[in-house]
Amino acid sequence: MPKILEVRELYKSFDKLQVLQGVSVQIDAGEVVVIIGPSGSGKSTLLRCLNYLEQPTNGSIYFKGELVDPKSNLLKIRQEMGMVFQNFNLFPHLKVIDNITLAPRLVHSTAKPLAEKRGLELLGQVGLQEKARSFPDELSGGQRQRVAIARALAMDPEVLLFDEPTSALDPEMIGEVLEVMKQLALEGRTMIVVTHEMGFAKEVGDRVIFMDEGVIVEEGHPNELFANPKQKRTQAFLSKIL
Amino acid sequence: MLLTGAKLTVQLTSIAVFFGIILGTLTGIARLSKGPLRMLAAIYIDVIRGTPLLVQTFIVFYGLPSLIQRPIPAYVAAVLALSINSGAYVGEIVRSGIQSIDKGQWEAASSLGLSNYQTMRHIILPQAFRRIIPPLGNEFIALLKDSSLVSVIALEELVRKGQIIIGRTFRPFEIWTAVALIFFVMTFTVSRLVDYLERRMTPHA
Repeated sequence: MPKILEVRELYKSFDKLQVLQGVSVQIDAGEVVVIIGPSGSGKSTLLRCLNYLEQPTNGSIYFKGELVDPKSNLLKIRQEMGMVFQNFNLFPHLKVIDNITLAPRLVHSTAKPLAEKRGLELLGQVGLQEKARSFPDELSGGQRQRVAIARALAMDPEVLLFDEPTSALDPEMIGEVLEVMKQLALEGRTMIVVTHEMGFAKEVGDRVIFMDEGVIVEEGHPNELFANPKQKRTQAFLSKIL
Repeated sequence: MLLTGAKLTVQLTSIAVFFGIILGTLTGIARLSKGPLRMLAAIYIDVIRGTPLLVQTFIVFYGLPSLIQRPIPAYVAAVLALSINSGAYVGEIVRSGIQSIDKGQWEAASSLGLSNYQTMRHIILPQAFRRIIPPLGNEFIALLKDSSLVSVIALEELVRKGQIIIGRTFRPFEIWTAVALIFFVMTFTVSRLVDYLERRMTPHA
């Protein structure tokens, strides 16, 4: 499968705090990669560096073979990398449908009727077509996150980044969001998911990456990694959470 | 008589509010930018807030004409002085409004590929403006009252009209009370208007 994303020797520090200490990884098109690890391990920072929400201190990222450069191609590349956040970050002053159509209309100059038609399709896909005219604060957390997923999909991104998408949700709402994500994986979408949902990692992941203290400690197929972790740190982490 | 003065007061203030918002929005954004504009905006705000409106009005009406070798009509000078003054205060209000918007809004917009300008225009400013309606309202009520200072350049707004009438009638108590009453009616109307706007805009902000 063609390589879609490549991270080379990524370093990131906040003041004196070293968060990423030389991370290299490759992602193939269609792959579902799940990143796990204790909090503070740098997994969210790695994800946020991929679309330069955090500026890496050192190292480089290649998207479809092209070096990501904030000075030239970043806007274009961000359009092709959708992101879903822990806190949803929906636009509270816009109706659900406008949350979804805003970026296609502004960035791709899609005509309003066309953008809305596509927006309603996507809402249908996440099971929320009847909420098109609602405002975000009229929705539950699970519904908001599903809208956020539809919003990311509206740009037809090649890669979807999920930053702990279920961590801010009440337990009974986690399932509905994971279900939508599972469907996306089955469609063959390329996904990079930072999560604590090990069930999702096992069931849907093509590859699991375990991070700790700013480095990738171990990676492999979920069956392999969960059943036979090779590194001590991986074993210790898994024994705590499984 | 007094009412024609009140009309001019409302006119002056409305125009100054209009330009004040434009100037203030640009200033507020500049205060949060990187580079020389940031410094320029900070100086503008400090100088305007640190000097009396009365003196600013004198500078525009008496000082500027000698500099540009052309007279400036009192009306234009008044609008200019009030707008420049208001812009500085609105600038600080807009800055705080922008800063009050959650960082996640920027991140979500950026992740969708929106440019900084698009994010500011469609995501940040609409939310910021809803939040700053109350302080903006205060600023405009203050401006309505402060506009009486331009009576010193012989512009016949409400206060100046009052002085003229007193000069003819010698009834200072009645006239000043009437002037105060008219100001009160105007500011009260504005504050009710602001309340209404705030109520209408906040359910989804």
